[in-house]
Amino acid sequence: MIKQRPFLVETLTAIGLILAPFILPHLGFAPNTVNRILVWGLFGIGFDILFGFTGLLSFGQSALYGTGGFVTAYLLTRTGFHHVVSALFIGMIAAAVVGYLVGLIALRRTGIYFAMITVAIAEVFYFVEFNPLSDWTGGENGLPGVPSPSFDLGFTSFHFSSGWPLYGFLAFWYFVGIVIALRIIRSPVGAVLRAIRDNPLRATAVGHNIHGYKLTAFVVAAAYAGFAGGLLGIMQAFMPPDAFMFETSAQLVMQTAIGGTGTLFGPLLGAAIWLFLQDFLQAALGLGAAWKLVLGVIFVLLVCFLRHGIIGGFVDLYALVTGKKAVAEEPAQDGPIPGLTAEEEQKAAEAAIAKIPVASPLPPRHRDGDDYKGPILQATGLTKRYGGLLANSDINFTVNHGELRGIIGPNGAGKSTFFKMLTCEVAPTSGKIVFEGNDITGQSVTDVCQLGLTKSYQVNQLFSQLTVRDNIVIAVLAELRGKFRLDLFRSIESIPGLTDQVNHTLAMVNLTARADTPVASLAYGEKRRLEIGLALANSPSLLLLDEPLAGMSPRERVETVKLLKSISQGRTMIIIDHDMDSLFELVERVTVLQEGRVLVEGTPEEIKGNPTVQEAYLGGVLEQ
Amino acid sequence: MINWANLISQMFNGLVLGALLALISSGLTIIYGTLGVLNLAHGAMFMLGGYAGYVAYTYTDSFIIAIIAGSLFVMVVGVAMERIIIRHFYGRPDEDQLLVTFGISICLVELVRFTFGSLSLTVPAPKIIAGITSLGFMYYPTYRLALVGIVAVALLSLFLVLYRTRIGMIVRAGIEDSVMVASLGINVYRVFMVVFGIGAMAAGFAGIVNAPVASLTPDMGEKILVQTFVVVVIGGVGSFPGAILGGLIAGEIISITSMINPGYAYVMLFAAMTLVLVLRPHGLFGSQSRG
Repeated sequence: MIKQRPFLVETLTAIGLILAPFILPHLGFAPNTVNRILVWGLFGIGFDILFGFTGLLSFGQSALYGTGGFVTAYLLTRTGFHHVVSALFIGMIAAAVVGYLVGLIALRRTGIYFAMITVAIAEVFYFVEFNPLSDWTGGENGLPGVPSPSFDLGFTSFHFSSGWPLYGFLAFWYFVGIVIALRIIRSPVGAVLRAIRDNPLRATAVGHNIHGYKLTAFVVAAAYAGFAGGLLGIMQAFMPPDAFMFETSAQLVMQTAIGGTGTLFGPLLGAAIWLFLQDFLQAALGLGAAWKLVLGVIFVLLVCFLRHGIIGGFVDLYALVTGKKAVAEEPAQDGPIPGLTAEEEQKAAEAAIAKIPVASPLPPRHRDGDDYKGPILQATGLTKRYGGLLANSDINFTVNHGELRGIIGPNGAGKSTFFKMLTCEVAPTSGKIVFEGNDITGQSVTDVCQLGLTKSYQVNQLFSQLTVRDNIVIAVLAELRGKFRLDLFRSIESIPGLTDQVNHTLAMVNLTARADTPVASLAYGEKRRLEIGLALANSPSLLLLDEPLAGMSPRERVETVKLLKSISQGRTMIIIDHDMDSLFELVERVTVLQEGRVLVEGTPEEIKGNPTVQEAYLGGVLEQ
Repeated sequence: MINWANLISQMFNGLVLGALLALISSGLTIIYGTLGVLNLAHGAMFMLGGYAGYVAYTYTDSFIIAIIAGSLFVMVVGVAMERIIIRHFYGRPDEDQLLVTFGISICLVELVRFTFGSLSLTVPAPKIIAGITSLGFMYYPTYRLALVGIVAVALLSLFLVLYRTRIGMIVRAGIEDSVMVASLGINVYRVFMVVFGIGAMAAGFAGIVNAPVASLTPDMGEKILVQTFVVVVIGGVGSFPGAILGGLIAGEIISITSMINPGYAYVMLFAAMTLVLVLRPHGLFGSQSRG
């Protein structure tokens, strides 16, 4: 997703780290300050993956930082274990394991609940460190005497004591950390993490097990925290108990927000600014303890006015100067043509659209259930009750393979609720849903999507911060990789068939020319087509469409009807819409819902002529 | 061997702490419920109430005036905070709201530290309710007993405001569905301001009435905020009854565990929170719609 020359960022990082000792002293940075910045920066890489990329704001990272730090320090000071690097890795693994357990609890909820739970968990760790575990952790004295690393190569030995020699050791690990993090964010997992931040509901609906991925991000962040914690002890030759304090988590959050989230380098920059200002305000301006007040004010101002931190500010400034962001090619004329009646316009549109080449649809992927002969979908006795309101009542509904079914009904007839139950977004109060012979009642949306049943939403559910192509990539990844896979180090381009399927889907919904446009700058009709594209990208065997035509201009309607016709080949589809003319033209059979019940079912002709339908739906007004 | 007098005295302590937590959490939870903003500066409001009360007390020597001045001051701070900063964040993501209220919290704490120093300050209990009372089988500080009553009165007033007044009805409706309230022609932004003021005042009031029991330090709010989070998670976000029950549960857990081993107080509190999260992910009184 980040298109760059290979290893450009890695190379620049390496150069920067090598040059830093020659430049930074002239800017007033002491070597020990630089070392602290690196430790915070490394700690922050993991946190940025969690917060910046996945959108999970944790105020409890201190628990993992402290865990890693104390395990490493304990090994090196109390057990006669002398191999510093191994101790660091053991500390990292310990933090990751703890992170896994903490994540299992904290990730039961999202948003502010998640933030509150992480704070509470971190506070527990702090108290446990001080009291029950003080025999191991030294309580408030911490663990002094953590050795610095040295390597004996036989003919010569390296000793990384404090100052610039230690910088070499820390810079090496920071570099390793950045390289690994870049691999992760460029991997399919990284793409899914961004999708989760953007729209968790849709990420679930296109078939990703987002809980698993969130837990992955949490464990990765924990591993980084643990490793950084270990380095902290080594750097200071002392493992301080305040690593466990809420202050630590808070400082990390603030540094990351100051530097810029979602950049990996934000925390490093934030730490540099923070520590520099701390020294500067305390020493140069003689503010003493008030430095934190000044930093607090700066932080509030930054959050208010510079949403994406310093790095984000520079990016925006750059875009403003070069004018890059504003120029997104406008779609071909889309609005009504002046001087034409609606009918003429419709015809003109049809003529124009006939010229657009239509890509042939991808056949539905072969899945296990496909050999099942019989109805593709069978719902029996489906009922949904919301308190006293009966949204759906005892619906029996069968759709055969290859059928094109329409569902109509007045507003409030329970159509959307019915769809939500079919895709398992909402559990029915009673009743049973069988898809390709499998009972899917009570399963998750993700699993149902993986089985080949998807839905395009009535209200667009897109990944609005990503480009059109990346939207489709997210959906296709779920099909090609299954609902959960830990290919953290795989390049996204190396997945066989991904590019083809993405391009094909883009062509099918006629968005090839707009592939690299951010979703936010699409026209409404294009967003609607992308919405259908997201449901279609998994090559489902049964596609549900909830009001695909709603809110479209006549031209867009014609385009979309044509699109729907083309994708219906070899596929079963169920469509809800209020546009009778288009719907009757498209589908083979129509089910009419009224007040949560099936009123009647039949061919479009039968429905048109059915007096009960006219009575219920058209209010008894007959048409000639 | 259980010392019964000790246990009962700890249960009383738990009741005091629980009542305070209930009051502070109610403030936090109505703000979140109505505005959708989790105010991380809520602990700082608690602290600010204590300090404002301290200042008022030093000038007037009257505990009553200290309570009134402290609560009103915090309410004004809350309203100002909402008007100047928070209202620009209603349309922004949760994370931004957390970051900005967190930043404000740091500013307030550091401002107080800058003005009053880090040393702890004390406000004595008023003479009439100072000293200790004999309960027949044990002795207990009179002020703590009175504190339960004072906080109960405050909670009752909050209840009356929420459940018996027009504005309270709007607030409760706003917690259910603020978009609907706005479309009924009610100026929700004014309601937001009032709610933020009341919520902050609840914390500020707790801060000053708690001052005779625990001494004032600039970072006293941080610890209470964490406990408040646990209360809200247990009780369910946006629920007033949940905050009260959660507060009492949390207060008793902390106090009774502290009697056995203070180091495990948080572990037990956390265990209770985990249990609730596993059994009832939305809290005891929470609903699906929020959070």
